[in-house]
Amino acid sequence: MKRSNEPIFWSLFGAGGMLAALIGPALVFITGIAVPFGLILAPDTMSYAHMLAFSQHWAGKCILLAVIALFLWHAAHRIAILLHDFGIHAVAIVKIFCYGSAFLGTVVTAYILLTIRA
Amino acid sequence: MSNRRPYVRSMDGWWKRDAYFIRYMAREVTALFVAAYAVVLLVGVLRLSQGQAAFEGWLQALKSPLSLVFHLILLATFVYHTWSWFNIMPKTMPIMFVGGKRVQPGTITGTGLAASVVACLAVFFIVRGMN
Repeated sequence: MKRSNEPIFWSLFGAGGMLAALIGPALVFITGIAVPFGLILAPDTMSYAHMLAFSQHWAGKCILLAVIALFLWHAAHRIAILLHDFGIHAVAIVKIFCYGSAFLGTVVTAYILLTIRA
Repeated sequence: MSNRRPYVRSMDGWWKRDAYFIRYMAREVTALFVAAYAVVLLVGVLRLSQGQAAFEGWLQALKSPLSLVFHLILLATFVYHTWSWFNIMPKTMPIMFVGGKRVQPGTITGTGLAASVVACLAVFFIVRGMN
């Protein structure tokens, strides 16, 4: 029997959903509201120097890649199902489009992070 | 060929028929916002790799009123994502037993929401402590 590839995508979906559920609201508040508008956090929290140092450290790279990639995989899985719900039943095309976009986003992010050197 | 034209009930707007489906749709649609936020961060990382001027342009864009409105909407959808994620968790995770008793759905949801409040506060204070 051919094995299903569904567990791989479901695991990525679940991991991304869990990460978004646990820290997503805090991330959006920090990067989109608190820092740009100087609320509570120091305005230079996300300065070029700080973010460069963060992204040069291997732990910072891992955090950035985990957040971006897992959020993309989470969304890709749900959007694939949403398209089905709205009557688009070309399963193969939908999967290639959704999972392909998440894969591309993951590879691009990883590549960019690797180009940022100390 | 027969001229029979069987009645096929339209599926248009199926999810508006029932409050349960509306909640389902609201929960699934948060994915679009999660994807949008991932793209915002991805662009940030890209601009960071292109040097100081590029990154500061990205930071400046975050200060626009449009960006604020966008992030307020994102924040609301992320909070809804968190709430709905742990709300369906009793159904999506394997049945769990503690001391021979099945863990109640309310306990699973409550624990998840509490964990996410703790995690969000931890992230916030770690970021604040880094400066």
